[in-house]
Amino acid sequence: MAKLNLPCDEAAIRALRVGEEALLSGRMITGRDAAHHWLIGGFREEVAPYLAGSIIYHCGPVVRKNPDGSYTFLAAGPTTSAREEPYQADVIGRYKVRGVIGKGGMFAKTRQGLVDHGAVYLHAVGGTAQSLARAVVKVERVFQLEAFGVPEAMWVIEVKDFPTVVTMDAHGGSLHETIGDHSKAVLHKLLGGKSG
Amino acid sequence: MMGLEDWTKVIVEVIATATSRLPDDVTAAIRAGRAQEAEGSLAAMALDAVLKNAELACSETAPMCQDTGVPIFWIHHPAGISTGMLNKACAEAIRRATAQKLLRENAVDTLSGRNTGTGYAPSIPSVHCEEWDRPEVKVELLLKGGGCENVSAQYSLPNTSLGADRNLEGARRVVLDAVYQAQGKGCGPGILGVCLGGDRGTGYLEAKYQLMRRLDDRNPVAELDAMEKRLVDESNQLGIGPMGFGGKTTVIGAKIGTLGRLPASYFVSIAYLCWAARRATALVGANGEVTWPS
Repeated sequence: MAKLNLPCDEAAIRALRVGEEALLSGRMITGRDAAHHWLIGGFREEVAPYLAGSIIYHCGPVVRKNPDGSYTFLAAGPTTSAREEPYQADVIGRYKVRGVIGKGGMFAKTRQGLVDHGAVYLHAVGGTAQSLARAVVKVERVFQLEAFGVPEAMWVIEVKDFPTVVTMDAHGGSLHETIGDHSKAVLHKLLGGKSG
Repeated sequence: MMGLEDWTKVIVEVIATATSRLPDDVTAAIRAGRAQEAEGSLAAMALDAVLKNAELACSETAPMCQDTGVPIFWIHHPAGISTGMLNKACAEAIRRATAQKLLRENAVDTLSGRNTGTGYAPSIPSVHCEEWDRPEVKVELLLKGGGCENVSAQYSLPNTSLGADRNLEGARRVVLDAVYQAQGKGCGPGILGVCLGGDRGTGYLEAKYQLMRRLDDRNPVAELDAMEKRLVDESNQLGIGPMGFGGKTTVIGAKIGTLGRLPASYFVSIAYLCWAARRATALVGANGEVTWPS
């Protein structure tokens, strides 16, 4: 089991390999559909320092606003990453992001981006929103809350021992491709030689 | 006679149950899958995480998944109850449950892209009322997450590339293709609701209604019952596994229904449901007492 403290440098990321479990601690930021579109629409100075050397978590949390104005994550599992495929590699390159956490994996463009920029794709277990919310120890601040709404806003959070699995590494490895190829071969057999 | 406020309260309770309690048959199926996976595998780790999360959600009546899904209600009611009122009660219950954080602010105005902030928007929730000849009201709710909704699929048969003709074997072929296409993106191990026939709208709705069935029930139609078992078995041979990590547990249930069709059309609609199968059913008696059939 690897341990990763955020923010981190490129060497720490290059050391991670597909299939390895990684526990994350430190500061990261959530971002999903609206955020990725916004991040590539210009250079967003205000969030750039939170992105550099850190991780974007594909997550639209359930959040409570406390009487003192602070926020607490009540449910916070990963959302499907495939939708960010058109933007992810560019966001990683432009903001020097070291990786993303999501679910379902990503494709060729992101895979190349991970290799080029020294970044990693980390998979959290989808639907485990209660367990993962407990790994979020603090909500530091939020960007674009008014414009994007709660699920799509960019939440700066501090996590402790946040559990993930490396499913795409900085060396071109992808568990999703391995599983996809295997299942395609089985499907082909089950359909008597006819598929897709 | 129950009024709008009474119904709203009952429906908030149905929402709280659905969002926080994994049905016992689903838990049992996940445990059975876990027992099949190799110790130390990513599949075993994922299923353990899922079971632990289900316990936490249940003990705190908190949403098991942050994507609290698209709420779909099916309400069977005796003659004389206003369906307009039931619709209003469902909409108000969604607003209240969202304010109580049982649900996420999960409704977006499609044209402006703005989150409505209330959980409510046209068709969220969708409510389907049907009169029946029993004295009680049955309220059924499915909260279906967006990730699994996005990998749901509809095929128009025949499909040449999959060798799928207009028959049950053709349906088998396209369902397996849908499971393959979904990979881990629908938060498997998944449950397949399938409808043969209908049109593009009714087909999907019936496929989703099939997801209200218990995993351990039997299809009364023998050939569909056999196909349900076969689809689970063959889906699991694909080796996609929980979350697409690889493993033996890809699908934990398949449920098939049929509707009539036009001579020109043969649709197979597949509603993929994530492991977080958030369904709840309440029976409401004439004087307002609520029971929860398993």
